[in-house]
Amino acid sequence: MSDVTLSVKGLRKVIGKREIIKTIDFELKKGEVFGFLGPNGAGKTTTIRMLVGLIAPTSGSIKICGYDVSKDFTKAMQNIGCIVENPELYPYLSGWENLQHFARMLPKMDEERITEVVNLVGLQERIHDRVKTYSLGMRQRLGIAQALLGKPQVLILDEPTNGLDPSGIREMRQFIRFLAEKEGMSVLVSSHLLSEIQLMCDRVAIIAKGKVIHTESVSALLSQQERLIWRLVPHQTGVNMLKELTDFVKEEGESVITFYDDSKVGEWNKKLIEAGVTVKEMNRKLPSLEDLFIEMTGGEAID
Amino acid sequence: MINLVQNEMIKLVRKKRLLVVTIIMAVLISMFTYAQFRESERVQERLGTTDWRTTLQQQIIDIQNRLSGSQISDEWRKQLEIRVSQQQYYLDHDINPAEPGAPTFVRGFIENSIQLLLPLMIMIVAADLVSSEHSTGTVKILLTRPVQRWKILLSKYLTLVLSVSFLLLMFGILSYVISGIVFGFKGWNAPVLTGFTVEAGELNTAGTHLIPQWQYILMEFGLAWFVSLVVGTLSFMLSVLIRSTAAGMGVMLACLISGTILSSMVSSWESAKYLFMINLRMSDYLQGMAPPIEGMSLGFSLSVLAIWAAAALVISFVSFTKKDVY
Repeated sequence: MSDVTLSVKGLRKVIGKREIIKTIDFELKKGEVFGFLGPNGAGKTTTIRMLVGLIAPTSGSIKICGYDVSKDFTKAMQNIGCIVENPELYPYLSGWENLQHFARMLPKMDEERITEVVNLVGLQERIHDRVKTYSLGMRQRLGIAQALLGKPQVLILDEPTNGLDPSGIREMRQFIRFLAEKEGMSVLVSSHLLSEIQLMCDRVAIIAKGKVIHTESVSALLSQQERLIWRLVPHQTGVNMLKELTDFVKEEGESVITFYDDSKVGEWNKKLIEAGVTVKEMNRKLPSLEDLFIEMTGGEAID
Repeated sequence: MINLVQNEMIKLVRKKRLLVVTIIMAVLISMFTYAQFRESERVQERLGTTDWRTTLQQQIIDIQNRLSGSQISDEWRKQLEIRVSQQQYYLDHDINPAEPGAPTFVRGFIENSIQLLLPLMIMIVAADLVSSEHSTGTVKILLTRPVQRWKILLSKYLTLVLSVSFLLLMFGILSYVISGIVFGFKGWNAPVLTGFTVEAGELNTAGTHLIPQWQYILMEFGLAWFVSLVVGTLSFMLSVLIRSTAAGMGVMLACLISGTILSSMVSSWESAKYLFMINLRMSDYLQGMAPPIEGMSLGFSLSVLAIWAAAALVISFVSFTKKDVY
């Protein structure tokens, strides 16, 4: 078998007369973090629900480690762990009891594995408290612990940093990288923030209106899409020089925008300075998701 | 499967559902015991005797007085006439229908609660077995485990069967113990008449025979268990179909209450006998009370309820395994 852990082909979902998911195809490889990027309502969560068997697809196939979700549900589910939307657990049980509860639903259950995942997500101190006393970050971690119980090959996290504070977000990112790199899992992360995908994913699929419009490695996407904002004095001389150096130059009020090109930026800067132009500001900037969509869909609005 | 049922039982216990229902039962039983106690005191005062024959005689006279009044509907008249002939039969055969003691209280209490009180208690437990998973959102984790959906639902249903049995047991124990403190614990072997049949508004005593009270109570509990299970199954179905626990409870409550109202006024609407809520008063068949609609019998009610429960189960399983979860 290849190192593809999750493959989705021609996925469609029609509810009533509306086609919610038009065509979704993608593959997840072992040890990679895959981003699922799209605005709210693009069909991210619906797709994820189909991946984990909560919703039956109208057509198309989903294979997890070679097992078809609709035909071989039990085997497919043994290889997947997920959090769909918020990590919702039984508030009247303790964290430990929640884990025990879900462990009992797995073919093999032992207390050791529970201890292991608790240590992995760092919840040792509060694990015997009731879940209703947990903070959102702790619930998120417990949710991940629950998803990891069965040692899955594929982990699906729907908006994992939603509602976390900055340090929680950073921890979560490191943890997701750790799972992919050290544990060899494939992790699917959905988000509506490009900055977040950029920081933790290897590859990204951009989806809008129920379609995958672009799949690419994050580094490639960024090198194409990342911009550099300049503030130059005198302005006009600087703009003219930049126009000679690169194709895309856009003026926006006081500043000039070019693409960011890691290998050439230093050189441009040097040339500007040598020509007596003062570089007051150089700022790398990610395009907003909206800009990206407009570019990729050729000016179509997201809605 | 045992693991799954264990999960469900843990959740049910930790949600304190069983505890709450048990406490409600204890409180109600205490109230009824006290009411019963005051009632017997009052009767004693009025008649100045503790002899049950006098009491029974007095009751017969009371009913006959009511029968001679003109403001009485035909159905009600029939009911009362049957009751008089029944009591006359007890008197003639020198059998005390209300032998004092806890077992008699248990018997009377279950007769009175089989139609509304017990089903309500069961409903509290059954109505949120499935819908609570939806309202907490945990259904998403539950259904993405490597366990097929029908197994999850079956484990929940088995949990319901266990809880119904547990609650009926508690009901029996509580009513026996609490009333026993007041009335004494004796009377298990008191003779009770059963086998009355009602044919065309006439009491037929041909098949009557005496059985010890404990046997009679056991039969009643069997019927009560069956009725509770059917009501539980119906609430369970509503819990699958309607994701809000409150709405499910509301529908069930409306059915149960309409059942009590309907059974006193539907004798002319014959097809109503196929409604489940008309068939809940099964202990009446043992007592020999006239059924709300002509032609209903123990066997008839058992089959009607069984069909309702089976249909509810089929609907629950089909819906639960097929439905998309959002």
